[in-house]
Amino acid sequence: MKPATLPQAFAILLRRDLTLAYRRRSEMINPLLFFVLVTAMFPLGIGADPALLRDIGPGIIWVAALLASLLSLETVFRSDFDDGSLEQLLLSPHPLSILMIAKVLAHWLVTGLPLLIVAPLLSVLLNLSHEAMRTLLITLALGTPVLSLIGAIGVALTVGLRKGGTILSLLVLPLYVPVLIFAASAVANSDAGLPVSAHLSLLAALLVLATSLSPAATAASLRISMS
Amino acid sequence: MTHTYPAATLEARDLACIRDDRTLFDTLSFTLEAGQALLVEGRNGSGKTSLLRILCGIRQPDEGHIHWNGGDIYRLATGYNAATAWVGHKDGIKLELSAEENLVFARSLGTPSGLDIAEALDAMELGGFDDVIAINLSAGQKRRLALARLLVTRSPLWILDEPFTSLDTHGISLIETMINKHLSDGGMLAVTSHHPVALDSTDITHINLSD
Repeated sequence: MKPATLPQAFAILLRRDLTLAYRRRSEMINPLLFFVLVTAMFPLGIGADPALLRDIGPGIIWVAALLASLLSLETVFRSDFDDGSLEQLLLSPHPLSILMIAKVLAHWLVTGLPLLIVAPLLSVLLNLSHEAMRTLLITLALGTPVLSLIGAIGVALTVGLRKGGTILSLLVLPLYVPVLIFAASAVANSDAGLPVSAHLSLLAALLVLATSLSPAATAASLRISMS
Repeated sequence: MTHTYPAATLEARDLACIRDDRTLFDTLSFTLEAGQALLVEGRNGSGKTSLLRILCGIRQPDEGHIHWNGGDIYRLATGYNAATAWVGHKDGIKLELSAEENLVFARSLGTPSGLDIAEALDAMELGGFDDVIAINLSAGQKRRLALARLLVTRSPLWILDEPFTSLDTHGISLIETMINKHLSDGGMLAVTSHHPVALDSTDITHINLSD
């Protein structure tokens, strides 16, 4: 038998992580539930004035998405670190940075993609226009992968610490801010009928930047954490 | 005697390991050739695990170099990883996956040995447990599943940290048979164990880190 090629190893790791997520689905549903509940609580808390909700809706949805992503970050490496699988990944004959893309992709498919799926519902709840809903979906599609990619670096750095949660938030949240600013203002602009292409281009640029730099940084951080 | 592994050399030169300002060991040098075993001994906290983690490349030595066939292992990187198999304190198996799924994944991360998953499970006396989710296995069975990884991949250098943890005497003799076969095939072994390891080979290097 020949050793698995890199694409095969990538596919096998991706499938393993998706299988694991499916078998732990009650745990995986948490961030999605958080996202929906936080967004749904706002109209109850500040009153159901349609104009007000429409104004603050984009910000609410994006802040909730960002916190939901932060909530689920630890799961990228935590269990692999605890049971020793991470050592095995580190010592595999495949380039670690490529394997990291598989891990982050699996994480995004499980925690980021569901946010996109329920977002239309929430935008109706917050009285956003159809145009704004469309922009919201585009910003989530471009922005949530960036959150996963940046977050993976932070988790890789803190996974060896016993109480890494607080440091992780402090480390990662400042890096999330550009995504939040451009995404939320894109949705607000499109609700007001203003052009949004500049915002979307910037988000796409952030995604390209994160995709190219984050895997190598994550792999390097993991090596530091494990040694 | 037919050697199934190509001749290889692992050479450690002047290794030092410092943890929390304490020097665990320094100027540690040894050479390991095909068919040879390295037995690392020492009291708790003397740096046995650290040495093995350095040998497999998870940890960098504070001083010194390790060469595999003349090349520095940090330059070889993934090339060296292909030649080594590591079983540490942690089993490295996913509790939510079945025994078979665990081994299929382990095999894809290394060079497949040609041995079937079912054959490897049989050899570890886990036959019939292939579709059992690992969380339902006993501690000793989990350990045997972790060690079955060594059978489905083909790595000349085995680095084992306390391989006999949670195994009963029968399990221990299973692993010893497996290790002896590996050595007689021309494989190499670096191991720490509180339990005496019964090796057929007399070609054993002992390192005692407490001295």
